[in-house]
Amino acid sequence: MPNSDHLYEDTLPLDEAVKQTNRSRILKALLDQDTTVAFDDPLENDMILNMGPSHPATHGVLRLLLRLDGETIIAVVPELGYLHRGFEKIAENGSYHEFITHTDRLDYLQPVANNVGYILAVEKLLGVEAPPRAQYIRLIAAELARISSHLVALGTMAMDVGAMTILLWAFREREKLHDIFDLLTGARFTTSYTRIGGVARNMTDETVAAIKAFLEQFPNRLDECERLINRNRIFFDRCRGVGVIDAETAIAMGLTGPNLRGSGVPMDLRRDNPYLVYDQLDFDVITESEGDSLARYYVRLREMRESVKLVHQALEKLPSGPFRAHEPKKVLPPKERIYTRMEELIMDFMIINKGVNPPVGECYHAIESSKGELGFYIVSKGEGRPWRLKIRSPSFCNLQALPILLKGHLVADVVAIIGSIDPVMGEADK
Amino acid sequence: MDEMLEKVVVKLREDFADAILDVSEFRGDITVLVRRDKIAEITKFLRDLPDCPFNLIEDVCGVDRLERKERFEVVYHLFSLEKKVRICLKVRVDEAELRVPTVTGVFPGANWHERETYDMYGIVFDGHPDMRRVYMPEDYEHFPMRKDFPLLGIPGSIKLPRQ
Repeated sequence: MPNSDHLYEDTLPLDEAVKQTNRSRILKALLDQDTTVAFDDPLENDMILNMGPSHPATHGVLRLLLRLDGETIIAVVPELGYLHRGFEKIAENGSYHEFITHTDRLDYLQPVANNVGYILAVEKLLGVEAPPRAQYIRLIAAELARISSHLVALGTMAMDVGAMTILLWAFREREKLHDIFDLLTGARFTTSYTRIGGVARNMTDETVAAIKAFLEQFPNRLDECERLINRNRIFFDRCRGVGVIDAETAIAMGLTGPNLRGSGVPMDLRRDNPYLVYDQLDFDVITESEGDSLARYYVRLREMRESVKLVHQALEKLPSGPFRAHEPKKVLPPKERIYTRMEELIMDFMIINKGVNPPVGECYHAIESSKGELGFYIVSKGEGRPWRLKIRSPSFCNLQALPILLKGHLVADVVAIIGSIDPVMGEADK
Repeated sequence: MDEMLEKVVVKLREDFADAILDVSEFRGDITVLVRRDKIAEITKFLRDLPDCPFNLIEDVCGVDRLERKERFEVVYHLFSLEKKVRICLKVRVDEAELRVPTVTGVFPGANWHERETYDMYGIVFDGHPDMRRVYMPEDYEHFPMRKDFPLLGIPGSIKLPRQ
C-alpha cells in the first residue's frame, strides 16, 4: 500500500491536533457552563453523552451533547450545521424566480408553505398583488401543507415515545395529501408551486373534488388517532409535565408557532398580521396553558382541525378569474401566449434573463408556517437578484430553547421533548 | 406609518436624540438606523416600553454592503406581541472594527442569531456568552456570506479527516 499521508496538509502531532479539533471546543463549551453538581463519586456520576447527528429521534441531523449526572441532564449543547447548504449565498447568486425551487428544500415537510412565504416577501418588495383566486389557492395549499407537516409531528412524536401505529396512520393520511399536491402542483414533494403574482398553474375541478374527498374523511381518521393516543397511559406519563417552558421564558427565547401557543401565548401571524385572505375567514387560535410536551401535542392536533375548517371555507369562497396577475415586466405571462405573441415572448425573455428588478430597498415579510414564524428579509439594490436574503427559520429559533427544556430531565425524556418541539433540520440549518 | 409606531419613533427620538441617525420607511416597514454603541440600550428601551413593548426578537442578521465605507450592517427585527407591530433596527459596522455590543442581555433569544452573524460575517458581539460558530466547523477560517467569498467555496478550506 502506498503511503497517502502526503495528501493531507496536517502535520501536527496527534494530541495537538485533537486539541484543536471541533470536538474539544464543543466539549469546552459544555464544561464551561456554570453548572453545580454534587459529586459523590465523580467517575460514576459525571458523564458526557453524544447524541446524533445520526440518530432517529433527532428528526434529521441534530447533534446534542448531554452532560449527565447519573441519568439526569445537567447541561446540553446542541450542534447544528450538518445540513448547512448555504441557501442564503445561493439566493444572492440567482434570480428571484430561481430561488423558489430552493425554498422547497427548507422545511421539506411542507414545501408549499415555504413557496408561499417566500413569494409573499418578494411580492411585498415588488409591490405586486396576486389576484384573489391565486390568493385563495395559495391559502388552501398552505393549510394542506400545515396538515401534512403536523401529521409528521404527530406520528414521529408518538413513535418516539413508543406508539408505532400512529406513525403509520399519519403517513397514510399524508400520502393522500401528496396525491392532492401531485394534482395541484404537478409534483408530490418538491412543489415549487408559486410564481411572482400568482401560482404556476390553476386549480382544476378534479383537484377541488380530491381535496373535498380528503376533508370528508380526514376528521374521522384524526378521531381514530386521538382515540388511540388520548387514552394511552404510557403516552401521557411520558409527555405530561415534561419539557415545561413558561410563557415569559418562551417569549424571551424567541419561540414561535405551536411551541409558543403551547405555553399559552396566543400569537398567530395569520390573525395578528394577516396575509393572503386569512382576515376574511373564520378560525380560532389554539392555545394550551401547560407549556409541556403534551400541551404542544394538543395544539398541533387541534390546529389540524382548524386547518380543515379553513380549507372548507376557502373552497366555498374560491373565486373564479385569473390565477396570475397581469403585470408586464414583473409577472411571467401565460405559456400559451408566449408561444403565439411577440410581446409576451419578449417579456418572458426579459424576466428570465434580466430578472424582475425590484426597487432599491429592503423589507421583511413573515408567515405563520406550521413550525412558527417563517420570515424572509430581502435587501434589493434594484438588480435582478437579491443583494441579501435572510431566512428567519422557525426551527432554528425553537431549537434554541432546547437546553432550557431538557435541563433536569432524564435521558429518556430527550426524545419526547425533541419530538414535541418538532424541528426540521433542513430549515434550521438552511 | 402605523399610529403606534409613529409614537414609538417620536419617543425614541426624544430619549435617544443623538443615537438615532435615520428613520426610513419602505413598503410599510419602519427601519431605524441607530448608533452602534447604543444598540443594547435602545433594544432594552423598546422591550420595556409601557404601551407598546417590543418583547419578541424575531431576527438578527448581517448584511455585507461591500461598496460602502462602513461595510457591514447588523439588522434587528423586533415584534410587539401586544400591539402586533414590527420595528427594524439597524447598526453600521466598519470593517476595521468588527464589534457590536450584544443584545443577549436583553433578549436571550438573540444568542444563536448573533452566533450565526459571527459565523457568516465575522462580526464579533461584545459580551456574548458563547461566541462560537454555529454552522461552519469551529476551525474554519473564512466567513462564507461575505461578498468576497466565492460561491463555489475555497478548495481545501475544510480539511478532510484522516483515513
